Amino acid sequence: MKRELTCIGCPMGCRLTAEFDGKEVTAVSGNGCGVGARYAREELTNPKRMVTALVRVAGTERPLPVKTAAPIEKRLVFDCLAALEQAEAHLPVHIGDVILRDVLGTGVDVVASANMEDA
Amino acid sequence: MSMKTKHVDLLIIGGGPAGLAAACAAREAGVENLLILEREDTLGGILRQCIHNGFGLHTFKEELTGPEYAARYIARVKELGVPYECGAMVISLSAERKAVYVSRTEGIVTVEAGAVILAMGCRERPRGALGTPGWRCAGIFTAGTAQKLVNLEGRMPGKRVVILGSGDIGLIMARRMTFSGAKVLACVELMPYSSGLKRNIVQCLDDYGIPLLFSHTVVDIHGRERLTGVTIAEVDAAKNPIPGTEQRIDCDTLLLSVGLIPENELSAMAGVAISPATNGAVVDEMLATNVPGIFSCGNVLHVHDLVDFVSAEAARAGVSAARFLSGESAGGARMPVLAGNGVSALVPEVLSERPEADVTFMFRPRAVYQNARIVVSRGGETLASKRARILAPGEMAEITVKKEALEEQQGELTVSIEEVGA
Amino acid sequence: MYHYDVVIIGGGVVGCATARELARFSLSIALLEKTEDVCNGQSKANTAIVHGGYDAAPGSNKAKFNVRGNGMFERITEELSVPFSRNGSLVVSFEEGGLPALEELKRRGEANGVRGLAILGREALLGREPNLNPAAQAALDVPAGGIVCPYELTVAYAENAAQNGVAFFRDTPVTAISRNTDGLWRLATPAGTFTARAVVNCAGVHSAELNNMVSEEKHHITARRGEYYIVDKNYRDAFRSTIFQLPTKMGKGVLIAPTVDGTILVGPTADDIPDKDDTRTTAAGLARVLERAKLSWPALPTRAFITTYAGVRAHAETDDFVLSEPADAPLFFNALGVESPGLSAAPALGEYLAEAVAERLGAKPNPAFDPIRPGIPKFREMTDAEREAAIARDPDYAKIVCRCELVTEAEIRAAIRRPVGARTVDGIKRRTRAGMGRCQAGFCLPRTMELLAEELAVPELSVTKCGGESRYLESSLFGSKAGE
Repeated sequence: MKRELTCIGCPMGCRLTAEFDGKEVTAVSGNGCGVGARYAREELTNPKRMVTALVRVAGTERPLPVKTAAPIEKRLVFDCLAALEQAEAHLPVHIGDVILRDVLGTGVDVVASANMEDA
Repeated sequence: MSMKTKHVDLLIIGGGPAGLAAACAAREAGVENLLILEREDTLGGILRQCIHNGFGLHTFKEELTGPEYAARYIARVKELGVPYECGAMVISLSAERKAVYVSRTEGIVTVEAGAVILAMGCRERPRGALGTPGWRCAGIFTAGTAQKLVNLEGRMPGKRVVILGSGDIGLIMARRMTFSGAKVLACVELMPYSSGLKRNIVQCLDDYGIPLLFSHTVVDIHGRERLTGVTIAEVDAAKNPIPGTEQRIDCDTLLLSVGLIPENELSAMAGVAISPATNGAVVDEMLATNVPGIFSCGNVLHVHDLVDFVSAEAARAGVSAARFLSGESAGGARMPVLAGNGVSALVPEVLSERPEADVTFMFRPRAVYQNARIVVSRGGETLASKRARILAPGEMAEITVKKEALEEQQGELTVSIEEVGA
Repeated sequence: MYHYDVVIIGGGVVGCATARELARFSLSIALLEKTEDVCNGQSKANTAIVHGGYDAAPGSNKAKFNVRGNGMFERITEELSVPFSRNGSLVVSFEEGGLPALEELKRRGEANGVRGLAILGREALLGREPNLNPAAQAALDVPAGGIVCPYELTVAYAENAAQNGVAFFRDTPVTAISRNTDGLWRLATPAGTFTARAVVNCAGVHSAELNNMVSEEKHHITARRGEYYIVDKNYRDAFRSTIFQLPTKMGKGVLIAPTVDGTILVGPTADDIPDKDDTRTTAAGLARVLERAKLSWPALPTRAFITTYAGVRAHAETDDFVLSEPADAPLFFNALGVESPGLSAAPALGEYLAEAVAERLGAKPNPAFDPIRPGIPKFREMTDAEREAAIARDPDYAKIVCRCELVTEAEIRAAIRRPVGARTVDGIKRRTRAGMGRCQAGFCLPRTMELLAEELAVPELSVTKCGGESRYLESSLFGSKAGE
């Protein structure tokens, strides 16, 4: 079965055609580079997304931007956001500081993606 | 009372991605006495509120968020010891490169500069400029204003959202509002294609089942005090609403992502020629404007899709300014470059007589083209050409012409798109 | 229960001018405004011009008060620090054979007492206004025509009235009026009952409804909506004078009206509407504005529109201002049907109404009356040396909030702190121009909201655009919800 999809690996947005048998991707065309082939395989079997979000900072209403240090399974995105609603950061925070370790048992940490010195 | 006067070799107006990259490059090219002026309280510009990922693949070969990308340049600026002032807004600029700024710490200051790099960025087209009929109620925001409210201040403007326009900020905000607990009901695009990046349509709309309605627009706005709904309708080829296709959507928030306009009020004050095609300065391949010693780069020159390209362009402006200051740049006559078939918002629009390096032209295709060819020609002669599988207005295209091909320059160059037969 | 000698209903330009002029007398005065701010009805959405006075029928109230009001503008705007310019008006005929109609307008103007009227030939006209359609044939030159900032005029009148002791009650609609057996007027409002010896009805499009509560001399006001575009101030030099189109059988035409702030207003339409507060813009109305404006300005830069708006005018059946004290409602003074040229007439109407009320009440002059209202010093109008001095006095002058119009934090704070101060984002906009420029508040809105919250000591979530339910924010992600 042919599946059409748009690569999100980079801003080129290559239009991919993948041959998918319901379990495995057997062929990919239309990709400009290896990222596209990898994306098509992953997207049709186990899609993943980076999550960027905002978390509470003690002592201010201003939020801290955070991100998953690596993509997590797409089906876990909203669970990840829910987990982050419970998180709280403390100033000062620096880029890369771990805000939530091993989110949802994925092995991926959620880290600060901006520096915040004071309220 | 005597006002302060400063003398600098290079003044950079704007401490966003363009200003930061220009400053680093100029410093590395040997400019000692330079100054960045930033009107906000911190460096980084619009990147500060762009907390999503997707920045830096070209520049740093990894995917960063906006604040992370900005932080790398800010760190570099500090490392290089480039002086900067925040809370400092330039309020006038002359062709003699005299600028006046107002600063929270210094009051009114005059800067006499050897060279100036314009890096003020752009603003969003507001609802008023569209002439969308209806009530003028609360609840209508440009996507960037909403992005600032949510990402920098933690304020939610509403819970039921319609987005007009499919520019990248609008798409990004569709996902952000969804993540922050709002329901995004639709993204409505006047054109039959999106002006945003395809990957943003996939990962910001498709992922969350948000419908993208092409050839639709908002034809009425409801709500005397706070927005209560919008009426959308399909439009015909001439972009006029088709009677009978109206449908009302109840919502409390309308976000607009309907275009960005370079902020060139200061440029115009200094006599910089503005291109109607880009709303930015007319520049040559060195990013020099018609006013000697004034250079332009980033979104104040033309609206980019990717910050990586802004940084690269700004670095070139920094080097050009350094060369101007050391008296190396040639100056002399400049040749116009024409935007041919399918090409709009072409940069550069003029070339110096003898370009000293390969020249990359950037532009926006006027429509969607499949399997086309981008061609740079002079007279009947092709100087450069390349195939492009897909060209779309939402994505900036580029083509590079070898320096050698431009050496014997006689007559105007034309950049155009040729459709290749199937 | 509140007791005043005089209650004025309506905080538009006529109500506020009347309040200020009444403050010259030793009277206790209150002004009740239905909405959250003064200058919120037709005074905020009009063509911002001071008419010469050639248009109205000789002998009418419109003619009399327009011409008298016009002559007062230099003094009033000087006393109240309001931007005003006598830029002149031109009534242009684009058809051959328009001359007799122009001559007729000139005669009418002269009968009304308008000075300096002259007919301009094509060449002189195009020499003076090079961007005018070259099809123009001739024009009536009205040197007495001018332009004024209607918001600042209204707010300045209100501030000066408050300075001189007038009490302002906003968000205070009058829901019922009756006359006590003791002869006092009783006005019911959600904020409580007011009693007054005299009432002045300046309620604009709703003025007939109030009159009809107290008098058998019934009136009817039609709400007539006008829609407009605003052109960016980059085009500030496109026209010097206000350009009228000579009315033809095709209609009254639209104006090209430069403003004291450098923008250009293009409009209005004139459509009678059933809902008197319906200030929506419409696709059809805006399209008509465009089509008709191009007759005057063929190169109309549609890409330079920064916004659109619509206003309603209070049109009386007599086609004239109704200034009355009905026989069956003594000491109830009406200013009904004050539509164009109401702004031009406002100084004279305020003076007339105040004197009429004072005379009937036998009021003595107020020796403490101070006619001077200092404006908020505007950063954008200062020289750099003045800016430096302003910053030395108040460091908030170094904080630019609205970049398009160069409005500083100092001006915004002052607009909130003044008497009858701003309480909403629109209130800030009308008092300072913050948010009125080309980005239409895209950049400055968040900071303006913060400043309002800080100065008014309210949560930011409760800040509104224009009162009522017009809140901008729904919740704080890591704080509270609106209304909590």
